[in-house]
Amino acid sequence: MSDTLEYDVLVIGGGPAGSTAGRFSARNGARTLVIEKRQEIGSPVRCGEGISLSWLDELDIKDVGPWVSRYMNGARIYSPSGYVLEIVEEYAGDEVGCVIERDLFDKDMARRAAMEGADFMVKTAATGLLWKDGCVVGARVKQLGREFDIKAKIIIGADGFESQVGRWAGIYTAIPPKDIMTCFQYRMTGIDVDPDYTHFFMGSGAPGGYAWIFPKDERTANVGLGVQFSRLDGSVTPKDYLDRFIAGHEGLKNGEAIDMVAGAVSVAHPPERSVADGIMLVGDASRVVDPITGGGIINGMKQARMAGELAAEAVDQGRSDHEYLKRYEKRWRERFENKLWRNYMAKEKAMQLDDVMYDKIVDALSELDLRKVRVETILEGVRRKYPELIKEFEDMM
Amino acid sequence: MSPELVIEKCMRCGACSGACPVNAIFLEEHSPKVSDECTECGLCVKVCPVGAFRPGGA
Repeated sequence: MSDTLEYDVLVIGGGPAGSTAGRFSARNGARTLVIEKRQEIGSPVRCGEGISLSWLDELDIKDVGPWVSRYMNGARIYSPSGYVLEIVEEYAGDEVGCVIERDLFDKDMARRAAMEGADFMVKTAATGLLWKDGCVVGARVKQLGREFDIKAKIIIGADGFESQVGRWAGIYTAIPPKDIMTCFQYRMTGIDVDPDYTHFFMGSGAPGGYAWIFPKDERTANVGLGVQFSRLDGSVTPKDYLDRFIAGHEGLKNGEAIDMVAGAVSVAHPPERSVADGIMLVGDASRVVDPITGGGIINGMKQARMAGELAAEAVDQGRSDHEYLKRYEKRWRERFENKLWRNYMAKEKAMQLDDVMYDKIVDALSELDLRKVRVETILEGVRRKYPELIKEFEDMM
Repeated sequence: MSPELVIEKCMRCGACSGACPVNAIFLEEHSPKVSDECTECGLCVKVCPVGAFRPGGA
Protein backbone atom coordinates (compact mmCIF):
# COMPACT_ATOMS: atom_id res chain seq x y z
CA MET A 1 0.00 0.00 0.00
CA SER A 2 0.96 3.62 -0.39
CA ASP A 3 3.22 4.99 2.29
CA THR A 4 1.46 8.37 2.42
CA LEU A 5 -1.99 9.34 3.61
CA GLU A 6 -3.56 12.69 2.78
CA TYR A 7 -6.08 14.69 4.78
CA ASP A 8 -7.22 18.29 4.94
CA VAL A 9 -6.58 18.51 8.68
CA LEU A 10 -4.33 16.33 10.86
CA VAL A 11 -4.77 16.55 14.63
CA ILE A 12 -1.88 15.14 16.68
CA GLY A 13 -3.17 13.96 20.07
CA GLY A 14 -6.52 12.41 20.98
CA GLY A 15 -7.24 14.06 24.34
CA PRO A 16 -10.24 16.34 24.89
CA ALA A 17 -8.65 19.24 22.97
CA GLY A 18 -7.56 17.05 20.06
CA SER A 19 -10.92 15.34 19.71
CA THR A 20 -12.73 18.67 19.96
CA ALA A 21 -10.52 20.25 17.30
CA GLY A 22 -11.24 17.22 15.12
CA ARG A 23 -14.94 17.44 15.81
CA PHE A 24 -15.30 21.06 14.71
CA SER A 25 -12.95 20.68 11.79
CA ALA A 26 -14.97 17.72 10.49
CA ARG A 27 -18.28 19.46 11.21
CA ASN A 28 -17.18 22.30 8.96
CA GLY A 29 -16.43 20.04 6.05
CA ALA A 30 -12.70 19.29 6.32
CA ARG A 31 -11.45 15.72 5.88
CA THR A 32 -9.98 15.23 9.33
CA LEU A 33 -7.76 12.65 11.01
CA VAL A 34 -6.95 12.51 14.73
CA ILE A 35 -3.93 10.41 15.73
CA GLU A 36 -3.23 9.21 19.28
CA LYS A 37 0.07 7.64 20.31
CA ARG A 38 -1.45 5.54 23.06
CA GLN A 39 -3.31 2.36 22.30
CA GLU A 40 -6.45 3.54 24.06
CA ILE A 41 -7.96 7.00 24.06
CA GLY A 42 -8.35 8.30 27.62
CA SER A 43 -6.12 5.73 29.26
CA PRO A 44 -4.13 5.78 31.41
CA VAL A 45 -5.78 8.72 33.19
CA ARG A 46 -3.46 11.59 34.08
CA CYS A 47 -5.83 14.00 35.79
CA GLY A 48 -7.39 14.98 39.12
CA GLU A 49 -10.78 14.79 37.36
CA GLY A 50 -12.42 17.77 39.07
CA ILE A 51 -14.20 20.09 36.62
CA SER A 52 -17.10 22.53 36.36
CA LEU A 53 -19.78 22.08 33.74
CA SER A 54 -19.96 25.75 32.76
CA TRP A 55 -18.61 25.12 29.26
CA LEU A 56 -21.13 22.68 27.79
CA ASP A 57 -23.04 25.25 25.73
CA GLU A 58 -19.89 26.79 24.31
CA LEU A 59 -18.84 23.37 23.09
CA ASP A 60 -22.33 22.52 21.82
CA ILE A 61 -22.71 19.53 24.13
CA LYS A 62 -26.32 18.94 25.09
CA ASP A 63 -26.02 15.81 27.20
CA VAL A 64 -23.26 15.07 29.68
CA GLY A 65 -22.70 11.45 28.70
CA PRO A 66 -21.63 8.60 30.96
CA TRP A 67 -18.60 10.32 32.42
CA VAL A 68 -19.97 12.23 35.43
CA SER A 69 -18.73 10.33 38.44
CA ARG A 70 -20.26 12.52 41.15
CA TYR A 71 -21.76 16.01 41.42
CA MET A 72 -20.31 18.25 44.16
CA ASN A 73 -22.13 20.59 46.53
CA GLY A 74 -19.09 22.84 46.84
CA ALA A 75 -15.45 23.13 47.74
CA ARG A 76 -13.57 23.35 51.03
CA ILE A 77 -10.20 25.03 51.33
CA TYR A 78 -8.07 24.13 54.35
CA SER A 79 -5.26 26.24 55.79
CA PRO A 80 -2.21 24.55 57.36
CA SER A 81 -3.61 24.91 60.91
CA GLY A 82 -7.02 23.65 59.90
CA TYR A 83 -9.08 26.79 59.21
CA VAL A 84 -11.71 25.87 56.64
CA LEU A 85 -13.22 28.00 53.94
CA GLU A 86 -16.38 26.54 52.48
CA ILE A 87 -17.43 27.66 49.02
CA VAL A 88 -20.90 26.60 48.00
CA GLU A 89 -21.46 26.30 44.29
CA GLU A 90 -24.61 27.89 43.03
CA TYR A 91 -26.93 25.29 41.68
CA ALA A 92 -28.58 27.81 39.42
CA GLY A 93 -27.44 27.57 35.85
CA ASP A 94 -24.56 25.39 34.84
CA GLU A 95 -21.89 26.27 37.36
CA VAL A 96 -22.15 22.92 39.12
CA GLY A 97 -18.84 21.26 39.80
CA CYS A 98 -18.36 17.55 39.42
CA VAL A 99 -15.77 14.82 39.42
CA ILE A 100 -15.53 12.89 36.20
CA GLU A 101 -14.15 9.65 34.80
CA ARG A 102 -11.51 11.02 32.45
CA ASP A 103 -11.14 7.82 30.44
CA LEU A 104 -14.87 7.80 29.67
CA PHE A 105 -14.82 11.57 29.11
CA ASP A 106 -12.02 11.40 26.54
CA LYS A 107 -13.72 8.52 24.75
CA ASP A 108 -16.99 10.44 24.68
CA MET A 109 -15.25 13.47 23.15
CA ALA A 110 -13.70 11.17 20.54
CA ARG A 111 -17.10 9.61 19.86
CA ARG A 112 -18.59 13.06 19.24
CA ALA A 113 -15.79 13.84 16.78
CA ALA A 114 -16.24 10.54 14.98
CA MET A 115 -20.01 11.12 14.75
CA GLU A 116 -19.26 14.33 12.86
CA GLY A 117 -16.98 12.55 10.45
CA ALA A 118 -13.47 12.70 11.93
CA ASP A 119 -11.25 9.64 11.41
CA PHE A 120 -9.14 8.26 14.27
CA MET A 121 -5.95 6.20 14.45
CA VAL A 122 -4.68 4.96 17.82
CA LYS A 123 -1.24 3.62 18.71
CA THR A 124 0.00 6.06 16.10
CA ALA A 125 2.79 8.36 17.29
CA ALA A 126 4.14 11.36 15.41
CA THR A 127 7.93 11.12 15.17
CA GLY A 128 8.52 14.37 13.29
CA LEU A 129 6.93 17.01 11.09
CA LEU A 130 6.96 17.25 7.30
CA TRP A 131 7.99 20.62 5.89
CA LYS A 132 7.72 22.37 2.55
CA ASP A 133 9.09 25.89 2.01
CA GLY A 134 9.07 26.61 5.74
CA CYS A 135 5.49 25.47 6.19
CA VAL A 136 4.39 22.38 8.14
CA VAL A 137 2.64 20.06 5.69
CA GLY A 138 2.19 16.86 7.66
CA ALA A 139 3.78 14.45 10.08
CA ARG A 140 5.91 11.34 9.97
CA VAL A 141 4.20 8.72 12.10
CA LYS A 142 4.91 5.30 13.52
CA GLN A 143 2.11 2.80 13.95
CA LEU A 144 2.70 -0.74 15.19
CA GLY A 145 6.28 -0.64 13.99
CA ARG A 146 5.44 0.75 10.54
CA GLU A 147 6.51 4.26 9.59
CA PHE A 148 4.69 6.40 7.07
CA ASP A 149 3.83 10.02 6.24
CA ILE A 150 0.51 11.78 6.71
CA LYS A 151 0.16 14.93 4.67
CA ALA A 152 -2.35 17.63 5.56
CA LYS A 153 -3.13 21.22 4.67
CA ILE A 154 -3.42 22.18 8.34
CA ILE A 155 -1.82 20.48 11.36
CA ILE A 156 -3.23 20.91 14.87
CA GLY A 157 -0.84 20.04 17.71
CA ALA A 158 -2.80 18.71 20.71
CA ASP A 159 -0.08 16.62 22.28
CA GLY A 160 -0.30 17.87 25.83
CA PHE A 161 2.17 19.10 28.43
CA GLU A 162 5.13 17.32 26.90
CA SER A 163 4.26 18.64 23.43
CA GLN A 164 6.88 17.63 20.91
CA VAL A 165 4.90 19.15 18.06
CA GLY A 166 5.18 22.69 19.43
CA ARG A 167 8.92 22.30 19.80
CA TRP A 168 9.41 20.69 16.39
CA ALA A 169 7.47 23.58 14.86
CA GLY A 170 9.71 26.08 16.67
CA ILE A 171 6.72 27.67 18.38
CA TYR A 172 7.99 27.52 21.91
CA THR A 173 10.86 27.13 24.26
CA ALA A 174 11.31 25.52 27.65
CA ILE A 175 8.87 26.20 30.49
CA PRO A 176 10.58 27.91 33.46
CA PRO A 177 10.90 25.41 36.34
CA LYS A 178 8.98 27.76 38.65
CA ASP A 179 6.00 27.42 36.31
CA ILE A 180 5.89 23.62 36.34
CA MET A 181 3.84 21.79 38.95
CA THR A 182 4.86 18.19 39.36
CA CYS A 183 2.07 15.99 40.65
CA PHE A 184 1.30 12.62 42.12
CA GLN A 185 -2.08 11.11 42.89
CA TYR A 186 -3.65 7.94 44.21
CA ARG A 187 -7.19 6.82 43.67
CA MET A 188 -8.00 5.76 47.21
CA THR A 189 -10.88 3.70 48.49
CA GLY A 190 -12.05 2.85 52.00
CA ILE A 191 -11.56 6.48 53.03
CA ASP A 192 -13.70 8.69 55.23
CA VAL A 193 -14.09 12.24 53.88
CA ASP A 194 -17.16 14.33 53.02
CA PRO A 195 -17.98 12.89 49.59
CA ASP A 196 -20.02 15.89 48.43
CA TYR A 197 -17.21 18.44 48.47
CA THR A 198 -13.90 18.84 46.72
CA HIS A 199 -11.16 19.47 49.31
CA PHE A 200 -8.08 21.65 48.82
CA PHE A 201 -5.17 21.82 51.30
CA MET A 202 -2.82 24.80 51.16
CA GLY A 203 0.58 25.35 52.71
CA SER A 204 4.02 23.85 53.12
CA GLY A 205 2.76 20.26 52.93
CA ALA A 206 2.68 20.88 49.16
CA PRO A 207 5.27 23.64 48.57
CA GLY A 208 4.07 26.11 45.94
CA GLY A 209 1.05 23.94 45.14
CA TYR A 210 -1.75 22.23 46.98
CA ALA A 211 -3.09 18.81 47.94
CA TRP A 212 -6.56 17.74 46.81
CA ILE A 213 -9.27 15.20 47.55
CA PHE A 214 -11.82 14.82 44.75
CA PRO A 215 -14.51 12.28 45.71
CA LYS A 216 -15.66 9.67 43.21
CA ASP A 217 -18.16 7.94 45.49
CA GLU A 218 -18.98 7.75 49.21
CA ARG A 219 -15.72 6.00 50.11
CA THR A 220 -13.47 6.64 47.10
CA ALA A 221 -11.59 9.72 45.91
CA ASN A 222 -8.67 10.97 43.89
CA VAL A 223 -6.13 12.07 46.48
CA GLY A 224 -3.26 14.02 44.97
CA LEU A 225 -0.76 16.78 45.35
CA GLY A 226 1.22 19.16 43.19
CA VAL A 227 4.56 20.75 44.12
CA GLN A 228 6.27 23.67 42.43
CA PHE A 229 9.11 22.11 40.49
CA SER A 230 11.66 24.74 41.49
CA ARG A 231 11.14 23.83 45.15
CA LEU A 232 12.13 20.20 44.63
CA ASP A 233 15.75 19.32 45.27
CA GLY A 234 15.62 15.71 44.14
CA SER A 235 15.65 14.25 47.66
CA VAL A 236 11.89 14.43 48.39
CA THR A 237 9.53 13.57 45.53
CA PRO A 238 5.89 14.63 45.12
CA LYS A 239 5.02 11.02 45.93
CA ASP A 240 6.86 11.41 49.27
CA TYR A 241 4.93 14.62 50.01
CA LEU A 242 1.65 12.88 49.21
CA ASP A 243 2.48 9.87 51.38
CA ARG A 244 3.16 12.26 54.28
CA PHE A 245 -0.09 14.12 53.66
CA ILE A 246 -2.10 10.89 53.70
CA ALA A 247 -0.35 9.58 56.83
CA GLY A 248 -1.32 12.80 58.62
CA HIS A 249 -4.97 12.82 57.53
CA GLU A 250 -7.41 10.95 59.78
CA GLY A 251 -9.88 10.20 57.02
CA LEU A 252 -7.28 8.94 54.56
CA LYS A 253 -4.64 7.07 56.50
CA ASN A 254 -6.61 3.82 56.67
CA GLY A 255 -7.60 3.91 52.99
CA GLU A 256 -6.15 1.82 50.20
CA ALA A 257 -4.59 3.13 46.99
CA ILE A 258 -6.02 1.33 43.97
CA ASP A 259 -4.42 3.47 41.27
CA MET A 260 -1.36 5.69 40.89
CA VAL A 261 -1.12 8.71 38.62
CA ALA A 262 1.94 10.87 37.98
CA GLY A 263 2.33 13.91 35.80
CA ALA A 264 3.30 17.51 35.39
CA VAL A 265 1.28 20.61 34.61
CA SER A 266 2.39 23.94 33.21
CA VAL A 267 1.16 26.90 35.22
CA ALA A 268 3.00 29.34 32.98
CA HIS A 269 1.54 32.59 31.68
CA PRO A 270 -0.24 32.47 28.31
CA PRO A 271 2.14 31.68 25.42
CA GLU A 272 3.59 34.32 23.13
CA ARG A 273 2.64 32.28 20.09
CA SER A 274 0.33 29.39 19.30
CA VAL A 275 0.58 29.27 15.50
CA ALA A 276 3.18 28.98 12.76
CA ASP A 277 2.90 28.34 9.03
CA GLY A 278 0.66 25.31 8.59
CA ILE A 279 0.17 24.61 12.29
CA MET A 280 -1.88 25.60 15.35
CA LEU A 281 -1.41 24.40 18.94
CA VAL A 282 -4.34 23.71 21.28
CA GLY A 283 -4.84 22.68 24.89
CA ASP A 284 -1.97 21.91 27.27
CA ALA A 285 0.35 21.98 24.24
CA SER A 286 -0.37 25.72 23.97
CA ARG A 287 -0.14 26.22 27.74
CA VAL A 288 -3.56 27.62 28.51
CA VAL A 289 -3.92 25.73 31.79
CA ASP A 290 -5.44 27.91 34.52
CA PRO A 291 -2.39 28.84 36.63
CA ILE A 292 -4.37 28.89 39.88
CA THR A 293 -6.19 25.58 39.67
CA GLY A 294 -4.01 23.67 37.23
CA GLY A 295 -7.18 22.83 35.29
CA GLY A 296 -6.65 22.64 31.53
CA ILE A 297 -9.58 20.81 29.97
CA ILE A 298 -12.04 23.66 29.61
CA ASN A 299 -9.71 26.28 28.12
CA GLY A 300 -8.21 23.61 25.91
CA MET A 301 -11.55 22.54 24.50
CA LYS A 302 -12.73 26.12 23.94
CA GLN A 303 -9.52 26.79 22.05
CA ALA A 304 -9.89 23.54 20.14
CA ARG A 305 -13.29 24.51 18.80
CA MET A 306 -11.83 27.78 17.49
CA ALA A 307 -8.85 25.96 15.95
CA GLY A 308 -11.02 23.26 14.35
CA GLU A 309 -13.37 25.82 12.83
CA LEU A 310 -10.54 27.97 11.54
CA ALA A 311 -8.75 24.93 10.12
CA ALA A 312 -11.80 24.08 8.03
CA GLU A 313 -12.08 27.73 6.89
CA ALA A 314 -8.38 27.78 6.02
CA VAL A 315 -8.77 24.65 3.90
CA ASP A 316 -11.71 26.25 2.08
CA GLN A 317 -9.72 29.41 1.46
CA GLY A 318 -6.57 27.54 0.44
CA ARG A 319 -4.62 29.30 3.19
CA SER A 320 -2.15 27.84 5.68
CA ASP A 321 0.13 30.81 6.34
CA HIS A 322 0.60 31.95 9.92
CA GLU A 323 -0.99 35.34 9.17
CA TYR A 324 -4.25 33.56 8.40
CA LEU A 325 -3.95 31.14 11.31
CA LYS A 326 -3.39 34.06 13.68
CA ARG A 327 -7.15 34.57 13.52
CA TYR A 328 -7.35 31.54 15.79
CA GLU A 329 -4.87 33.07 18.17
CA LYS A 330 -6.77 36.37 18.21
CA ARG A 331 -10.03 34.57 19.00
CA TRP A 332 -8.78 32.58 21.96
CA ARG A 333 -6.87 35.57 23.38
CA GLU A 334 -10.02 37.67 23.23
CA ARG A 335 -11.96 34.88 24.90
CA PHE A 336 -9.76 34.19 27.95
CA GLU A 337 -6.24 35.61 27.85
CA ASN A 338 -6.95 38.35 30.41
CA LYS A 339 -8.25 35.85 32.92
CA LEU A 340 -5.18 33.64 32.42
CA TRP A 341 -2.87 36.58 33.08
CA ARG A 342 -4.82 37.65 36.16
CA ASN A 343 -4.75 34.13 37.59
CA TYR A 344 -1.07 33.83 36.75
CA MET A 345 -0.35 36.98 38.75
CA ALA A 346 -2.49 35.74 41.63
CA LYS A 347 -0.63 32.42 41.57
CA GLU A 348 2.73 34.18 41.64
CA LYS A 349 1.57 35.97 44.78
CA ALA A 350 -0.03 32.92 46.40
CA MET A 351 3.22 30.98 46.00
CA GLN A 352 4.99 33.50 48.23
CA LEU A 353 2.59 33.03 51.14
CA ASP A 354 3.79 31.13 54.17
CA ASP A 355 1.69 28.90 56.42
CA VAL A 356 0.92 31.72 58.86
CA MET A 357 -0.43 33.90 56.07
CA TYR A 358 -2.52 31.05 54.65
CA ASP A 359 -4.03 30.60 58.12
CA LYS A 360 -4.85 34.31 58.33
CA ILE A 361 -6.38 34.47 54.88
CA VAL A 362 -8.50 31.34 55.16
CA ASP A 363 -9.65 32.47 58.61
CA ALA A 364 -10.63 35.88 57.21
CA LEU A 365 -12.44 34.40 54.24
CA SER A 366 -14.32 31.78 56.22
CA GLU A 367 -16.38 34.57 57.79
CA LEU A 368 -17.76 35.45 54.40
CA ASP A 369 -20.59 33.84 52.49
CA LEU A 370 -18.89 32.73 49.32
CA ARG A 371 -21.19 31.33 46.72
CA LYS A 372 -18.80 31.00 43.85
CA VAL A 373 -15.30 29.74 43.37
CA ARG A 374 -14.04 32.94 41.85
CA VAL A 375 -10.68 34.60 42.23
CA GLU A 376 -12.43 38.01 42.35
CA THR A 377 -14.56 36.96 45.31
CA ILE A 378 -11.59 35.63 47.20
CA LEU A 379 -9.59 38.81 46.57
CA GLU A 380 -12.53 40.89 47.75
CA GLY A 381 -12.62 38.88 50.96
CA VAL A 382 -8.91 39.38 51.55
CA ARG A 383 -9.31 43.09 50.79
CA ARG A 384 -11.71 43.54 53.69
CA LYS A 385 -9.44 41.96 56.28
CA TYR A 386 -5.94 42.50 54.93
CA PRO A 387 -6.02 45.54 52.66
CA GLU A 388 -2.23 45.78 52.65
CA LEU A 389 -1.96 42.31 51.15
CA ILE A 390 -4.42 42.98 48.37
CA LYS A 391 -2.55 46.17 47.53
CA GLU A 392 0.41 44.04 46.47
CA PHE A 393 -1.85 41.93 44.26
CA GLU A 394 -3.26 45.01 42.62
CA ASP A 395 0.19 46.40 41.94
CA MET A 396 1.05 43.22 40.09
CA MET A 397 -2.08 43.37 38.01
CA MET B 1 26.85 11.38 32.02
CA SER B 2 23.15 11.54 31.17
CA PRO B 3 20.72 10.53 33.90
CA GLU B 4 19.82 6.89 34.09
CA LEU B 5 16.18 5.84 34.15
CA VAL B 6 15.14 3.22 36.68
CA ILE B 7 12.55 1.63 34.46
CA GLU B 8 10.71 -0.17 37.27
CA LYS B 9 9.81 3.19 38.84
CA CYS B 10 8.83 5.01 35.64
CA MET B 11 5.13 5.76 35.23
CA ARG B 12 5.52 7.10 31.68
CA CYS B 13 3.83 10.36 32.63
CA GLY B 14 5.93 12.63 30.44
CA ALA B 15 6.93 15.09 33.17
CA CYS B 16 10.64 14.73 32.27
CA SER B 17 9.94 15.13 28.57
CA GLY B 18 7.94 18.33 29.08
CA ALA B 19 10.47 19.81 31.50
CA CYS B 20 13.59 19.06 29.47
CA PRO B 21 14.89 22.45 28.26
CA VAL B 22 16.64 21.02 25.20
CA ASN B 23 13.98 18.50 24.11
CA ALA B 24 16.33 15.60 24.68
CA ILE B 25 13.72 13.26 26.21
CA PHE B 26 11.18 11.60 23.99
CA LEU B 27 8.45 9.46 25.51
CA GLU B 28 8.54 6.31 23.46
CA GLU B 29 6.00 3.56 23.70
CA HIS B 30 7.49 1.92 26.77
CA SER B 31 9.66 4.53 28.46
CA PRO B 32 11.36 7.90 28.05
CA LYS B 33 14.52 7.87 25.97
CA VAL B 34 17.28 10.38 26.68
CA SER B 35 19.06 11.41 23.49
CA ASP B 36 22.61 12.61 22.87
CA GLU B 37 21.39 16.19 23.08
CA CYS B 38 21.21 15.86 26.89
CA THR B 39 23.17 18.66 28.58
CA GLU B 40 23.14 16.91 31.98
CA CYS B 41 21.25 19.78 33.57
CA GLY B 42 19.44 17.43 35.96
CA LEU B 43 15.96 18.92 35.59
CA CYS B 44 14.46 15.54 34.69
CA VAL B 45 15.89 14.04 37.87
CA LYS B 46 14.12 16.66 39.99
CA VAL B 47 10.86 16.92 38.06
CA CYS B 48 10.09 13.20 38.15
CA PRO B 49 7.11 12.73 40.50
CA VAL B 50 8.42 9.36 41.65
CA GLY B 51 12.21 9.83 41.51
CA ALA B 52 12.77 7.43 38.63
CA PHE B 53 15.98 9.05 37.33
CA ARG B 54 19.39 8.52 38.87
CA PRO B 55 21.59 11.56 38.27
CA GLY B 56 24.50 10.99 35.93
CA GLY B 57 24.05 7.25 36.07
CA ALA B 58 25.64 7.29 39.53
